[in-house]
Amino acid sequence: MRPILAIFKRELGGYFATPVAYVFIVIFLVLTGVSTFLFGGLFERNQADMLPFFSVHPMLYLFLIPAISMRLWAEERKTGTVELLMTLPVTTMQAVLGKFLAAWAFTGIALALTFPTWITVNYLGNPDNGVILAGYIGSLLMAGAYLAIGSAISALTRNQVIAFVIAVVICGAFILLGYLSSLLNYVGVSAEVADIVGYFGFQNRFNALSKGVLYVRDLLYFASLMVCWLLANAMILDIKKSR
Amino acid sequence: MRDAMEIMVELQKLTKHFGPIRAADEVSFSVRRGEVLGFLGPNGAGKSTTMKMLTCYLAPTSGTARVCGHDILTDSIAVRRKLGYLPEGAPAYPDMTPLAFLRFAADVRGICGAERRKAIDRAVELTSLQGVLKQPIDTLSKGFKRRVGLAQAILHDPEVLVLDEPTDGLDPNQKYEVRQLIAEMAGSKAIILSTHILEEVEAVCSRAVIIARGKVIFDGTPVALEAKSKWHNAVTVRLGRKSAADAADALRKLEGVSEVLVEDGANDAERALTVFSRNGNSIINDVADLARSKEWRVLEMRTEHGRLDEVFRDLTAAGKEAK
Repeated sequence: MRPILAIFKRELGGYFATPVAYVFIVIFLVLTGVSTFLFGGLFERNQADMLPFFSVHPMLYLFLIPAISMRLWAEERKTGTVELLMTLPVTTMQAVLGKFLAAWAFTGIALALTFPTWITVNYLGNPDNGVILAGYIGSLLMAGAYLAIGSAISALTRNQVIAFVIAVVICGAFILLGYLSSLLNYVGVSAEVADIVGYFGFQNRFNALSKGVLYVRDLLYFASLMVCWLLANAMILDIKKSR
Repeated sequence: MRDAMEIMVELQKLTKHFGPIRAADEVSFSVRRGEVLGFLGPNGAGKSTTMKMLTCYLAPTSGTARVCGHDILTDSIAVRRKLGYLPEGAPAYPDMTPLAFLRFAADVRGICGAERRKAIDRAVELTSLQGVLKQPIDTLSKGFKRRVGLAQAILHDPEVLVLDEPTDGLDPNQKYEVRQLIAEMAGSKAIILSTHILEEVEAVCSRAVIIARGKVIFDGTPVALEAKSKWHNAVTVRLGRKSAADAADALRKLEGVSEVLVEDGANDAERALTVFSRNGNSIINDVADLARSKEWRVLEMRTEHGRLDEVFRDLTAAGKEAK
């Protein structure tokens, strides 16, 4: 546990040691703001909720999260510090978790800084804050899943650009699964198969959460995605070790 | 020195293949407490690969190693606890300050509180980092970066130190300081350092292991390594030009002399003769006796030391032909 905490602290501190963190947070806030009010039509809907805010998150995360995750391992490989890290008395999984949790906490900080939207909604009306909290939880879970994918991909290469592009493609595939089910339905595949495919899409899982419904299956979906990709992450590192 | 002879590191046929390339081929040797082992070899000989396997960064294709009784394959965390490692090029997180970096290393190793402060103070003191503790590592000179890496390696006062080219790229003063530091720590630890600077072996090492194309081709003391040179115990005599003419022939007839090399001296009036020993034994007395009996005008007479660079070249090139 102690090594995880040490790595977590170093990583999280690392974000704020350079302008990267501040640039990212500003861009994140601007994009969530713009898309909520412009595309989501927060005001036009005349409803005191944050659905327009959450509904843009799957697409927003598609590009923003890989921008965080791309450097997780690729940068360590590039600077050679991975050799230092992995020869300290830490297991591969501890290193993976420490880094992942730091990136996740950082995303959480960025997400928490969207609180002015929440204040606005509360000022203008009487929203169900339980629903909003569920939305935030769902959004954080989804961000974790994106991050776990990005982290594993980052372990594959020393090139951050490649890590970014591949992570976007894979996360994009998970989003597309949701749309694929309607397409399958359209071309005449049985509804059951289409449903199963659709089930694995990010959007469908996230929709319920953003409406305030905390289904265990949706929470499990994102949690299991994280577990699987982090295990893959550790496996990739171990394979590289004995390549 | 109760356990001065205790074996601390033991490599057993450590082998690493990268595809068809045998980077390390059944490398075996052991290091005792108190020994400083110079790990030598041309670039690409497998020094770094061997060290990376020993420090659990790379998994060996076959073979294993033990550090303080812990196996690198089955007990790698315990091995890493016992080890201090300076990777090649001394990588460190560029955005961090040396202080933050050392704190991080201490935290990971579970050194905390007052103990952490003490450990960092000690490492900083030994590596003379006091002046740059709060500067980002990015902005430090090569010498300081290397010392930050060293400080990290000795932070937990490890029993085994593995240093990959600790003096590479340093200026002569810094090299001297690092060697001093290694010599200071040598008594209680087992130290393995890789280098391709031969003078370093003479300066700090009590043992030398030479590796070429992944294989160990020499394992012995620096003195034994020197003795392999044909210059070992050779005698150089500076003579007046007149005496030199027949001296070469007379010297060649001496028992124990294999070869005599005649060179021009510093000026026209003298010659320098180098007399090589046939089997490495000291021949200076024989040469002196001969000179006295023949009444040569001897300007200077001295015993040569073995030339490590030549031995090194011979050893590492011989394998190439055999292959």
